[in-house]
Amino acid sequence: MEALVASAVGVMTAAGIFLILRRRTFPVILGLSLITYAVNVFLFATGRLALDAPAVLNKYKDVPYTDPLPQALVLTAIVISFGMTAVIVMIALSAYLSSKDDHIDMRPNDSVDAAGEDA
Amino acid sequence: MNHWIIAPIVLPAILAPFIIMVLRYHLDLQRIFSVAGVVGLLGIALTITAQASGGDIQVYELGNWPAPFGIVLVLDRMSAMMVLLTALLALPIVLYAIGSGWDDRGKHFHALFHFQLMGVCGAFLTGDAFNLFVFFEVLLIASYGLMTHGGGSVRLKAGVQYVTYNLLGSTLFLFALGTIYAVTGTLNMADLAVRVAEIPPEDTALLRVGAVLLLLVFCIKAAVLPLHFWLPASYANAPLPVAALFAIMTKVGAYSILRVYTLAFGPEVAATEGLVGEWLQPAALVTLAVGAIGILGSKHIARMAAFCAITSMGTLLIAISLFSEVATAAALYYIFHSTLATALLFLVADLVMERRGGAIAPSKPMPQTGLISALFFVGAIAMAGMPPLSGFIGKLLVLDASRGVPDATAVWAVILIGSFVTIVGLARAGSLIFWKSHDTQAVPLSEPETDEPTPPATAPEPHPGLAFTSVFGAVLGLVLLTLFAGPALEYSRKTAEQLFTPDNYISAVLGGEE
Repeated sequence: MEALVASAVGVMTAAGIFLILRRRTFPVILGLSLITYAVNVFLFATGRLALDAPAVLNKYKDVPYTDPLPQALVLTAIVISFGMTAVIVMIALSAYLSSKDDHIDMRPNDSVDAAGEDA
Repeated sequence: MNHWIIAPIVLPAILAPFIIMVLRYHLDLQRIFSVAGVVGLLGIALTITAQASGGDIQVYELGNWPAPFGIVLVLDRMSAMMVLLTALLALPIVLYAIGSGWDDRGKHFHALFHFQLMGVCGAFLTGDAFNLFVFFEVLLIASYGLMTHGGGSVRLKAGVQYVTYNLLGSTLFLFALGTIYAVTGTLNMADLAVRVAEIPPEDTALLRVGAVLLLLVFCIKAAVLPLHFWLPASYANAPLPVAALFAIMTKVGAYSILRVYTLAFGPEVAATEGLVGEWLQPAALVTLAVGAIGILGSKHIARMAAFCAITSMGTLLIAISLFSEVATAAALYYIFHSTLATALLFLVADLVMERRGGAIAPSKPMPQTGLISALFFVGAIAMAGMPPLSGFIGKLLVLDASRGVPDATAVWAVILIGSFVTIVGLARAGSLIFWKSHDTQAVPLSEPETDEPTPPATAPEPHPGLAFTSVFGAVLGLVLLTLFAGPALEYSRKTAEQLFTPDNYISAVLGGEE
């Protein structure tokens, strides 16, 4: 199972980095989402992987439990990354609509082109 | 428990939603409450600084959960000093934003401003690594809104780039925290320090990875080369009063490096021995060099101010990377100075841009040239580190602290030549902008890189008096820092001493356990 989770994190991170390097807003946002998925799974694994174990201690009998703290961390991370994705979609949309260009690298001729179209 | 500690977070956290929900349509009331909030924050900051200056480390346990399990806020000399700096910086900037009418060019300026202050103060006060991440996010979320305040296609494109870069940084932060948690099983900084010291050196490969990842994250925030690429485009295209506020954000990165790497991953800890100094010092030297060259090469005053921010971070991180008590005292003094100086330059750049555009080229004269050029002159002297102002004292302290370290020659050479190049760059910009302004046959303004979006049809009536007063406020801060260099340095020395005896911090936080 460790190999499966580790390779899932690795593949998602690699795909995310590949997409971010495409330098256009849509693939970049997809890539960011993939990387945040990867980091969420990774955070889960930091508490060690335990199957079928509750996240609370049992004081009546000695049963295996899984570390609850990473789950709380993941929840925070999911909320933040979800909100951030929404924010970047909105900013990217308005940037695209106002400049008719969805490159995220600020090439000097971009702004000149955009100004030319507006004029 | 001393409830003053959480006040710098609670006050903006209450004020910002209040401004959004109740005062949404009343700009005048927003302005009044915003300024009152910043003044209140300044009062709180002075109070907690007075409390911390005695040398006690105070701990605030959120929800009264004991330290390694609950989240703690920790007030020591350094965090108090940084909160005070935040409040001192915020006051002239919010007045400037009101005076120049910037807060009226988009919505929710004041609310975002206070959310940003909340994030910055929280990052300075927290004693928990994951909580540090959360406050980083709070200040970043607010900064995304402030960065794109006022709109315009170039600014929005710069905003997309800025958000993307910082989202990647946040993801890296999570990877770092996950790795550190996996090894040590804790995220409380004091507990982390204890656990890291206990790990035998042969088992620390993963921990070293985590520590390096964390350093990378802080270096992204602090704009250390080669992770500085986001800064010039973002700061130069942000509304410049906002860029002036962002001067504290790079310092958050520097603060985090100081905090985490003196406390948990210090040079004396076997697990992470020599990790920071080896990597950080060359990077900081190159940062300073590239920043100085950038100042010399900028064609736009906002970009030039952004590169000034990079040089000041370079000098600061050189001092931090020496990791000695004397150098840290110099770094703390320089943090105070460089934040105010960077903010001053950004505000002056905004005064210039509002009147004649930001291109560093001859153009028609602008109103109030004399006053603005005098302010620019003061800002340039402070930034370059020339004698009368605090920049000189700061750089002198850094140079003095680096005497006798192995790479002293390199440090001295880079700082001195970097300062010289900065002086030349600023003198070139100043003479082109202010002295040649009567050169009327010169070409008309063209700003290919950062064309200012056309102001809205109902352009607000600016209050130049207030704008100028607030810029003079920043100048006054620098002058006071120069005049009271003795007490300020004494405080920095005590702060550095506190930082380099992390046992007090650890026992203050984990004290309840014993």
